[in-house]
Amino acid sequence: MQAGQAGPRLAVDIGGTFTDVVLEADGRRWTRKVLTTPAAPERGVMDGVAATVADAGFALADVDMLIHGTTLATNAIIERKGALTALVATEGFRDTIDIAYESRYDQYDVFIDKPAALVPRWRRLTVPERVDVKGAVRLPLDMAAVDAVADRLAGMGVESVAVALMHSYANTDHERRIRDVLARRLPGVGVTLSCEVCPEIREYERTSTAIANAYVQPLMAGYLARLEAALAAGGFAGAVYLMTSGGGLTTIATARRFPIRLVESGPAGGAILASHIAAAAGEEKVLSYDMGGTTAKICLIEKYRPSAARSFEVDRAARFLKGSGLPLRIPVIEMVEIGAGGGSIARVDSLKRITVGPDSAGSEPGPACYGRGGTLPTVTDADVVLGKIDPARFAGGKIALYPDRAAAALEATVGGPLGLGAEMAALGVAEIVDENMANAARVHAVERGEAADGHTIVAFGGAAPLHAARLAEKLGIDRVIVPVNAGVGSAVGFLLAPIAYEVVHSRYMRLDGFDADAANALLREMSREARDVVAAGARGRTLTERRYAFMRYVGQGHEIVVPLPDRALTAADRDALQAAYDAEYRTLFARIVPTAAVEVLSWGVVVSTEAPLPAPVADPGARLPAAPAGRVAVFDAETGERAEIPLYVRGDLPPGSALAGPAVIAEDETSTYVPARFDARIAATGSIVLERRA
Amino acid sequence: MSRSNTLSQIHTQIMWNRLIAVVEEQAQTLIRTAFSPIVRECGDLSAGVFDLKGRMLAQAVTGTPGHVNSMAESVKHFIRHFPLAKMAEGDIYITNDPWMGTGHLNDFVLTTPCFHKGRLVALLSCTSHLMDIGGIGFGPDGSDVFMEGLYIPMLKLAEGGRMNETLLAMIRANTRLPIDTEGDVYSLAACNDVGCRRLCEMMDEFGLTGLDDLAEHIIHHSREAVLAEIARLPKGAWSFRMTVDGFDQPIDLAATVTVSEKGIHVDYTGTSPASAKGINVPIAYTTAYTCFGLGCIVAARIPNNAGSLEPLTVSAPPGTILNAPYPLPVSSRHITGQMLPDMVFGCLRQAIPDRVPAEGTSCLYNMTFRGPSADKPGSKYGFAVTITSNGGTGARPAKDGLSATAYPSGVKGTPVEIAESVTPLIFWKKELRPDSAGAGHTRGGFGQRIEIESADGLPVELLAAFDRIDHPPRGRDGGGDGAPGYVGLASGLRMQGKGSQPVPPGERLVIMTPGGGGMGDPRRRAPAAVAEDVRDGLVAEETAHRLYGLGAAAE
Repeated sequence: MQAGQAGPRLAVDIGGTFTDVVLEADGRRWTRKVLTTPAAPERGVMDGVAATVADAGFALADVDMLIHGTTLATNAIIERKGALTALVATEGFRDTIDIAYESRYDQYDVFIDKPAALVPRWRRLTVPERVDVKGAVRLPLDMAAVDAVADRLAGMGVESVAVALMHSYANTDHERRIRDVLARRLPGVGVTLSCEVCPEIREYERTSTAIANAYVQPLMAGYLARLEAALAAGGFAGAVYLMTSGGGLTTIATARRFPIRLVESGPAGGAILASHIAAAAGEEKVLSYDMGGTTAKICLIEKYRPSAARSFEVDRAARFLKGSGLPLRIPVIEMVEIGAGGGSIARVDSLKRITVGPDSAGSEPGPACYGRGGTLPTVTDADVVLGKIDPARFAGGKIALYPDRAAAALEATVGGPLGLGAEMAALGVAEIVDENMANAARVHAVERGEAADGHTIVAFGGAAPLHAARLAEKLGIDRVIVPVNAGVGSAVGFLLAPIAYEVVHSRYMRLDGFDADAANALLREMSREARDVVAAGARGRTLTERRYAFMRYVGQGHEIVVPLPDRALTAADRDALQAAYDAEYRTLFARIVPTAAVEVLSWGVVVSTEAPLPAPVADPGARLPAAPAGRVAVFDAETGERAEIPLYVRGDLPPGSALAGPAVIAEDETSTYVPARFDARIAATGSIVLERRA
Repeated sequence: MSRSNTLSQIHTQIMWNRLIAVVEEQAQTLIRTAFSPIVRECGDLSAGVFDLKGRMLAQAVTGTPGHVNSMAESVKHFIRHFPLAKMAEGDIYITNDPWMGTGHLNDFVLTTPCFHKGRLVALLSCTSHLMDIGGIGFGPDGSDVFMEGLYIPMLKLAEGGRMNETLLAMIRANTRLPIDTEGDVYSLAACNDVGCRRLCEMMDEFGLTGLDDLAEHIIHHSREAVLAEIARLPKGAWSFRMTVDGFDQPIDLAATVTVSEKGIHVDYTGTSPASAKGINVPIAYTTAYTCFGLGCIVAARIPNNAGSLEPLTVSAPPGTILNAPYPLPVSSRHITGQMLPDMVFGCLRQAIPDRVPAEGTSCLYNMTFRGPSADKPGSKYGFAVTITSNGGTGARPAKDGLSATAYPSGVKGTPVEIAESVTPLIFWKKELRPDSAGAGHTRGGFGQRIEIESADGLPVELLAAFDRIDHPPRGRDGGGDGAPGYVGLASGLRMQGKGSQPVPPGERLVIMTPGGGGMGDPRRRAPAAVAEDVRDGLVAEETAHRLYGLGAAAE
């Protein structure tokens, strides 16, 4: 969709600390980082937008389109600041969200806490009704009981209601009738139906998703309305799109209905950016590596397409431990997130081992080197002590750094207990955080049936370019790409995303009882729903559609995704589906199970505007020796000594520039560290490409 | 300290982290490729890397504490049977011997020698639970181990890279699930291969020729860390007794925990003799769950390896249910073995009351059903399924117990909608069970009430294997007991906790899982916390009044 867009386009990414703004017009980009204003986020947005538009010499009225991603929904859940929400469930199933997985996310810790429910038990009401797995009504909905529930909800003063009945994905009638009653009896109260927000089998995930949607809906609807008003008051007359966790854009109207699809939109934007960088570089196997202040996010991109997933956990009670959060069943870009950022705190444990994170010093007090009262050493402190960050140029010179405080913090907390000086302690901290990320990447890759080696790293986010080369070495990776505007990579990615909507619907069907008519009826309905959503924002652009089925062997627990033809199915497609399933299964698990029957659990449709990937851009043939701007003293891991190495300024390096490590390439938002074993060059796209010497 | 020393100190730590990553990757490979649902869904597997002395250097943290020490011991057995000097590249060794592996025939243990540049440098081992290994099936009804399935002694699964086709044919011929079972064997083999490959990469990266120095570092530091934790404990001996339901008669468990400067020893003298049915426990599995219980309280943050396990020792008199000799039946050893963390807690809470929970359900309420299905007329067993559910855990110092949560097992529950999609069953209720939590200053976790009936109006057979029905989790320090488990029909018939029993057509089966024991005087519980449970409908007003004294002041 970027092709043929005449007018300027804005991307705005609201993060926990900063709101990033990118303006793109006439092939140029202007970027800004402004402080997020949590009480009224639209103020930070408007400030940043006004400043950026002014930088570029435009007026807001000139802007054609604004693409927006935000962590507001996520934060509302984490901080428990959502609406007063109630649940209406099937009688006998009031506690689905408490029973959850019945497991512990930490095997050895007998003092774990499970995440607090968004809706306490007293606001979880039930009605007699029951639909079975095939959608047949086993117990009719008791309408008198629904009326009584409406009375009780009115008495509680609830602001939002989730309705989640057993097997509602197979028969939506009872949930819809309950909504009709609630709409009549509780005007102004939002109602989320589980059969709409997540029409999929597994009652815990579906209920949890419906509740989370209901919980953030009033807040997000209010914010979006205020933002629209503020934009209009500023003279904005273009279109607004919201970035979703699945990597597609959606309209404000859809975002109001399903705000839960907006969580994790920032990281999704980063993955989109990485996939475009991959295409422009012709790299079919990419490991997207986004390292900010508190976390690192790693995502595999095969053949320029980020891997999609259907579940996500928000608000992990024990930070980043799998299973400790609230599950959301929504389309997401699959990635692993660990507590490894510039602000991650380093310590020494009882086994005399250095540990890093998962807790972060955040921006207040921040790393010790910020000089704002932080005394615990962080990854950024280690990078400063090692000399990889030039104190004079940090954040374009806008934030003063105090290397002596970083050294003191490292010495006190890490060096002291281990008998190491500040520099060796810093080296240990950097090595451990790199190792933690490498291990997370390895396990993530193997979970996806891949190996990390053989990939190329695309590194962005403030801290990633400092650590990417070492991460590459640990993973057996030979090439690292640092794109232009790496520090605001997520917002840049927003500009590249298509308008898209994905619908997944459970309907059980064994392949030996394949019913083409039933499948066609369902897929047609899903296609219509997705096309309605996308067409509203597509403004006549061509739409593409992909269909797929979630299949497994009868008796298995996990489904694999099998593509379907984009047309009506016929009885003859049964064999084709079996063959497609076998092929996919063999790819993933090496061997098929010849005698086992196959079943379809769910069906999916994605409708999207075309989002052409860039064609590979040839690199300039000539190599221009780059001229250093100065020298910096960097502590060398190999020799254990400090050595003066060249410092380059990224803005001074035209495409074709080449240099050999060790070196530091500085820019306003970050620095790229080129170790001794790497060469660096500037590609035609402006990306820095690091390559390990053979 | 010299520069090269400090660098190697950092490298050593990196390599230790890397070894842990290697075994986690091994475990992920197994989860991804396994056929057995209990491996894929519930994490019933383990993987580890061992040095040439058979000492475990790292182990993946998975859903099954029962594999912790048992797998660690099994590698020593392998080395005894297959001397190092005769190990060759491409060999794989296998057993499911309950007394040399992990306690029952369903667990296959595979050990692979890892060669780096032609030199034997380490052993990779892994184990997982296979769904069917023949015999009378997975349950406690056998009266010796031979009834429980195919018994594989220490054998070579592969020699010099060639699979032992004779053995594979024997395995296929002795299971109801030949495809899945053979697939799982290959999956275990692949898991060790991945571990070996990653280990060699690490040795290349750090220029290592052997693991001796790294092994010494890991074992030394881990042992010292556990000993440092033990040094902080009061020294002495504490005893504890507990009675559980058993198969057909109650079982007395007795433990004495002795904490000394050298370590912690747990002895089970005084425990009942072995049972005639398959709820007996080989000593390796007894050791595993005992050490797991100790680990949770004493050394939760220290990784499992030969060094961290060394100061923790376990004994039980031969012939007791906790040291059942060959060839007693052991298939459902987990029913008894999973009570052992509660035994350890019972002793330790006399020494360090602030760090130890009260008794919990400590028994998986796995509901195994089979019967005819309308989809498959004419078949005796149209369906067979195990649905996992749990009761409450014990109250914790300063925290309530966890409701409907597995402990000490780490497996996951089965979603109702998934259960209904693979069986002709319909659930009418699966909710927390009000008033089931043991009352206390901190209360236990709540159990569940589950109601199930045949959706097709056909008879269903329940293969019960539940405990804590006659002997509920006990409260401590003035806290109340958790509610006992219950199995019966909605029409009133009370059923047995163990053994196969019919659920007639049109009848609703009612299963109630136990609540965890409470801790401390309930009248000292914060009135707001009691009021919250009352508002949530989890504690009846009458109970709040009677046990917690709520509203007493107002009267």
